[in-house]
Amino acid sequence: MSENPTTHTPIAVGDGAAIPHKSDAGLFTAWRIAFFGSILLCLFLAFGRPDQYLAIFKFIPDGILVTFKVTVGGILLAIVFGLIAGLGRISSNRLINGAASLYVEIIRGVPLLVQLFYIYYALGRFVKIPDIVSAIIAMAFCYGAYMAEIFRAGIQSIPKGQMEAALSLGMSRRQAMRQVILPQAFKVVLPPIGNEFIALLKDSSLVSILAVADLLRRGREYASESFNYFETYTVIALVYLIMTLFFSKLISMMEERLNEGR
Amino acid sequence: MKAASRPMIEVSGVSKFFGSFQALSDVSFSVQDGEKVVIIGPSGSGKSTILRSINRLETIDRGRIVVNGMDVSDPKTDISKVREEIGMVFQSFNLFPHKTVLENLTLAQTVVRKRSKKDAEEIAMELLRKVNIAEKAAAYPAKLSGGQQQRVAIARSLAMNPKAILFDEPTSALDPEMIGEVLDVMKNLAREGMTMVVVTHEMGFAREVADRVIFMDHGRIVEEGTPEHFFTSATHERARLFLSQIL
Ligand SMILES: Nc1ncnc2c1ncn2[C@@H]1O[C@H](COP(=O)(O)OP(=O)(O)O)[C@@H](O)[C@H]1O
Ligand SMILES: [Mg+2]
Repeated sequence: MSENPTTHTPIAVGDGAAIPHKSDAGLFTAWRIAFFGSILLCLFLAFGRPDQYLAIFKFIPDGILVTFKVTVGGILLAIVFGLIAGLGRISSNRLINGAASLYVEIIRGVPLLVQLFYIYYALGRFVKIPDIVSAIIAMAFCYGAYMAEIFRAGIQSIPKGQMEAALSLGMSRRQAMRQVILPQAFKVVLPPIGNEFIALLKDSSLVSILAVADLLRRGREYASESFNYFETYTVIALVYLIMTLFFSKLISMMEERLNEGR
Repeated sequence: MKAASRPMIEVSGVSKFFGSFQALSDVSFSVQDGEKVVIIGPSGSGKSTILRSINRLETIDRGRIVVNGMDVSDPKTDISKVREEIGMVFQSFNLFPHKTVLENLTLAQTVVRKRSKKDAEEIAMELLRKVNIAEKAAAYPAKLSGGQQQRVAIARSLAMNPKAILFDEPTSALDPEMIGEVLDVMKNLAREGMTMVVVTHEMGFAREVADRVIFMDHGRIVEEGTPEHFFTSATHERARLFLSQIL
C-alpha cells in the first residue's frame, strides 16, 4: 500500500495526559491503584467507621447528581458554543471572525471563578432561570472558548485537499463543511474534548459558591453542621477522584474503540 | 445555451499574483468540446495554478475565464454551477477517508445533483465497474493502493456527469507500477470523447492522447502545438531543454 496523504496526525490540544492510555504502563497501574484504592477506602470508611462516615455518604448523593448534571450539561453546551465560535474563528467574514476571536480572547484572559460569578449574576439580572441552569450556561460559556480553539485546530488539521475536492464536486462551502470536514474533525477533536470533560468535571466544583447544591456544596453544608470537616472533605475528595478516574477510563476506552473501527 | 462554436473552456489574458509574486502572466488558451489538452512544464511554472483557476479554487487578478458559457472570473457567477460541470482530479486523490468508496461516489450525487440514494448507487457501481474497482465498493480509501484510490477519484468525478475534467498530475504521487492502470482509465475516457485538460509529465500519454500540448514556463505559455510538432520541432529553447530532460 502506498502512502495515504489523507491521514492526519492527531492534534495536541489540552493540558496533558488526564486520560491514561494502555501504552503508558506506569499511569495505567497508577490508575488501577487510585481507582480501586479509593473505592475500597470509601467502603472501609462507610462500613468500618459508620458513626463518623455513614451519615456523610448518605448526605452527598444529591450533590453527586447535581455535579453530574452540571458537568454533562456544561460539556454539551460548551461543544455547541465551541463549534460556533470555532467556525467563527476560521470564517473569512471579518465581523464574524472578529466577534469569535474577541470571545475567545476575553474568556481566556479572565479567571474562571470571576467569569462564573459575573455571568451568573448578569444572567440573574435579566432572566429568571433556575440556578443550576445559570451555572451550566456560565460554565459552558467559559469552556466554549477553549473548545473553540480545539474545534479550530481540529478543522484546520484536515488537509486542504478535502475541502477542495468537495468544492470541485459542486458542493457549497457549507455542505462541504458538514459532509466532509466536520465528520473528520470530530474524530480528531474527541480526545481533547475528553480532556475538557474531565477538567470541567473538576472545575464544576466552583459552582458550589453560586447557590448550586453540587457535591462540594453538600459537603460544606454537612461539615458546617457537624463540624466534621476533615472526615467530610476526605469523602468529598475521594468521590471526586473516583468520578474523574471512572470517566477518564470510560473516555479512553471509547477512544480505543474509535481507533479500532478503521 | 452556448453557441456551437463557443469553446468549452476559454482562458484569456489571465494573470495571477501570490502577494507580489506573479504566478501567471497573460495566459490565454481555449479548449474545444471533446478536445484533449496536455499542459507540461517545469515545477513551479504555474500549471496547477491555471488549472485551479478554471474552477476558481484560485481567483485570478486579471483576465477572463469562461467555462461552458459561464464567466468564472465574474464574482457574481455561482461557482458551484461551474464546478458541477467540470470535474477535477488531484495529484493526492483527496478521497474522503471517512466514507466508503461507494459513499465517495454517491455523496455529491445526492447532495448536489439531488439524485435518490438508489439512483446514485446504481450510477456509482456502474462507474466503479468501468474503472475496474467494483469489488472495493464497501472498502474505505485507506485500504486501497494509490492507483486504486486515483481510479476511484476519477470515477467520483465522472459520477457528476461532467462536461470536462481537469487532471492535475494524476499519476505523480503513484508508485511506478500503478501509473499504467490510471493512464489506461484516462485513455479510455479520452476515446469516449471526454473533454480533458491534463497536467502531466507522462510524455507517452501526451503523445498518444493529446490534441494539443501547451508548454508553460515562469507563469507563461511559451509554446503550444500538436504533439508531433512538440516532440520533433519545438522552437522554444526552454521547451527543448525540458523535453530533453524528461524524455
Ligand atoms: N498558495 C500559494 N501561495 C504562494 N505561492 C504559491 C501558492 N500556490 C502556488 N504558488 C507559487 O506559484 C508558482 C506556481 O505554482 P504551481 O501552479 O503550483 O506550479 P506547478 O503546478 O507548475 O508546479 C510556484 O512558484 C509556487 O510556489
Ligand atoms: Mg502542480
